[in-house]
Amino acid sequence: MATQEQRTSIVWDYAPAPESPDHVRLRDSYGLFIDGEFEDPVDGTRVPSINPATEDVVAEVAFAGAQDVRRAVEAARAAHPAWAALSGLERGKYLFRVARLIQERARELAVVESMDGGKPIRESRDVDVPLAAAHFFHYAGWTDKLSYGMGGREVEPVGVAAQIVPWNFPLLMAAWKLAPALACGNTAVLKPAETTPVTALLLAEIIQEAELPPGVVQIIPGDGAAGSTLVREPDIDKVAFTGSTAVGKDIQAALAGREIPLTLELGGKSANIVFEDAALDQAVEGIVNGIFFNQGHVCCAGSRLLIQESVADTVVSKLWNRMGRLRLGDPLDKNTDVGAINSREQLERIESLVASGEEEGAVRRSVACELPDRGFWFAPTLFTDVAPAHRIAAEEIFGPVVSVLTFRTQAEAIEKANSTPYGLAAGIWTDKGSKAFEVAAALQAGVVWQNTYNHFDPSAAFGGYKESGFGREGGMAGLRPYLRVAS
Amino acid sequence: MSERLQVKKTYKLFIGGAFVRSESGRYDKSGDFNVPRGSRKDVRDAVAAARKALPGWAGRTAYNRGQILYRFAEALESRAADIGAERADVEASIDVLVHYAGWTDKFQPVLGGINPVAAPFLSFSVPEPTGVVGIVAPDAPPLLGLIAELAPALAAGNTVVAVLSDDAPLPGLDLGEVMGIADVPGGVVNLLSGRRAELAPVLAGHHALNALVNASGELAAEIDKLAAESVTRVRHTDASKDYATATADPLSRLEALTELKTAWHPVGA
Repeated sequence: MATQEQRTSIVWDYAPAPESPDHVRLRDSYGLFIDGEFEDPVDGTRVPSINPATEDVVAEVAFAGAQDVRRAVEAARAAHPAWAALSGLERGKYLFRVARLIQERARELAVVESMDGGKPIRESRDVDVPLAAAHFFHYAGWTDKLSYGMGGREVEPVGVAAQIVPWNFPLLMAAWKLAPALACGNTAVLKPAETTPVTALLLAEIIQEAELPPGVVQIIPGDGAAGSTLVREPDIDKVAFTGSTAVGKDIQAALAGREIPLTLELGGKSANIVFEDAALDQAVEGIVNGIFFNQGHVCCAGSRLLIQESVADTVVSKLWNRMGRLRLGDPLDKNTDVGAINSREQLERIESLVASGEEEGAVRRSVACELPDRGFWFAPTLFTDVAPAHRIAAEEIFGPVVSVLTFRTQAEAIEKANSTPYGLAAGIWTDKGSKAFEVAAALQAGVVWQNTYNHFDPSAAFGGYKESGFGREGGMAGLRPYLRVAS
Repeated sequence: MSERLQVKKTYKLFIGGAFVRSESGRYDKSGDFNVPRGSRKDVRDAVAAARKALPGWAGRTAYNRGQILYRFAEALESRAADIGAERADVEASIDVLVHYAGWTDKFQPVLGGINPVAAPFLSFSVPEPTGVVGIVAPDAPPLLGLIAELAPALAAGNTVVAVLSDDAPLPGLDLGEVMGIADVPGGVVNLLSGRRAELAPVLAGHHALNALVNASGELAAEIDKLAAESVTRVRHTDASKDYATATADPLSRLEALTELKTAWHPVGA
C-alpha cells in the first residue's frame, strides 16, 4: 500500500482563490413565496439559514406553518385553470425566460448555493446552476410538444403538484421538480429543504422577474412537519418527493387510497464496479468523482466500490494517493474539491456510521487534512476489508466515505451490486464494451454509467429501481408524472 | 438648418457570414432599393460556405443549437421593427423559431430508439443531420415562408442555402443582419436573392447538396429531375401561412432533413 510519503514528489501548493460574494444581493429576511408575493407566515416561524462552512447566518427565512401550507395550495389551485389553458407556446416562453434569468444570475446563484449548502463553488458554478438553467430550457421546449413525448396520446395536466426537495442540490432539484410540472400545465407548491432554502427563494425572485402569473409557483421553506402537512393536504393532485427512503415510505403510506400519482426519488447505495481490464487511472478519477462529488451528499453516489480482486491493491493504492490530493476547505475557494458537510445533524450521522465501520472490523483510512475550526467538516475516508453485512456496506452514509469490496468474477460483481434494497445507480469500468453492456443489462439500477460517473442531463431520465423510488425525472420520461391521459 | 439625409442601406447577399455583392454585378429593383441578383457562381459559393460550416454546426450539442435558435428568436424580436415585413409575419416567425429551438434535443428520442433485435446486440437508431440543405422559399409570406423551413433544418443540425422570395427579398436579406447578432455561426445560413427560375435549378443540381425543400410551389419537376443526379432528398411543401401551419407537422420537416443511423454493439461474449 502506498502511504502519503510514497506519493509522487510534486505536490502543488495553491494560493487561496476565493470567489467574491460582493455582488450577491441577499435580503436579511425572506418571506414565503405565495401567489406571486413574498409574505409573512401566518402560523409559521422565522429561522436563520446557516452557512455550514462558517456557521454564520446567510439569511433569515420564513418557515411555513400548517395554515401557510394550506394558503399555498389554495393559491396554486386558483391559478391552475388559467395556466393550464394557456397555449403551450406561451407557457414555454415563460419557462424560457426563467432559464435565461438563471443564466444571467448564474454567478450570484452559484455563490449563494455554496454559502447556504457548503458545496464547492466549482461544483455549484459548473454543475448545479448551469444544469438548473438547462432543465428549464429543455422543458420550456416541451410545452407545445407534449403529445409527441407521450407517444401521440392526448394529454392534460394533473393539476396542483406538491413537491419536496432535499438539501444536496437545492436549486437544481427545484428546477428538476418545477420545470416539468410547469411545462405540462400544472401549478406547484415547492418545499425546499430545511437547511438550504435560500437559492429556491432567489428562484422565486426570478419567477417574479419572469412575470409568471401569480399562484403558478409557490415556494414555502419549512421543516419535515411542513412537508408532512403538504403531502396530506386534501386539494393536491400530485406529489413528487426527493429525499430519504424512510420519508419516502411515509409519504407513500400517507397517500394510500387517495389515487394521487407519486414520484419518489430516494436513497441509494450504488455500486461502482471496476473490472481488471479497465483504464485504472481513468477509473480512479471516476471513483473520486463518484463518491467525493458534493462531499458524497449525492443519492446516486458510488459509495460501494467493487474492485476485481486482481487489481484491488493497485486501485486502492492509486485511489488513496489521489485522495491525498483532494483540497478540503472554503467552499467559495475555486480550488476546493471537498466543501463543508451540509449540517451538524448530517455530520453526526456520518460520524456515527463511520464509527460503526471501525467497530465492525473494517479498516478505516481518512485523509490527514487540516479541518477548519468552525463549520462542519469530514475528511475524505476510505474503508477496506469491508464485508457486505457491515453497516457501511449496506446503509447510505451520504458523506465522503467509500467502502471497498472485492469480487473475482463478473457474476459475483453483479450479484454483489444487486444485493441491496436500493437500485438508483451504478458505475462500470471496463475497456470491453460487450462486457459493459452485458453487466449494465444485469444491474437493477435506474442509471448505469459506463466509464464515467455522476453525469446528468435534462434530456436523460433519472430515477431508481426498488427502494430507491419510482418515476423518472428528466427527458421525455420526465413528462409522464405530470400528465394525465385525457379521458 | 437643412433636414438630415437618411443613410440608405445597400442590400447584399449573405454568404459565409459575410455580406457580399453578387459576383455577377447584376441587380433587381425592390421598391426603392437595389437588390443583388444572385448568380450560378453565388449559389456555388454559398454551398461551399454551408459545407464548410457543417461539421461545426452538426457537431455542437443539441442543447447549444437550441440556445442559439432561441437567441435567434430573441434577436428577431428586438429587431422586429427593422424587418421590412408585416408585423404578423415577423411575430409568427419568432414563435416558429422558439418552437424549433425546443426540438433540437427532442426529435432524437421521438424519431429514434432502441431496436429489440433477436440476438445479443445493443442496436439503436438515431437521426443525424443530412448535411447541406437548400431551401427555395415561397414568395409569400416573405419571412415566415423562409423561417418555417429554415428553423427545422437548423434544429436538426444542417446548414442551409436559401433562395429568397422572388417578390419580396428584403425581409430575407434583413435576416442576415439579425443572424449576425444571434450567435448563428457564419456559413450556417446563406441567403441569396435573385431569380428563382435561375437559382433554384442550380441549387437542386449541385452535387454537394444533400437535401432540398421547395416551398415555392414552382419548378417541382425540374428540381426533382436535377436532384436525381446526386440522389438529393427533395421535399415539396406548401408555403406556411401562419404559426399553426408552420408547426402542424414538425416531425415531417425534421425527418426529411435527417438520416437515420443504426449502430450495433455486441453484448456479452
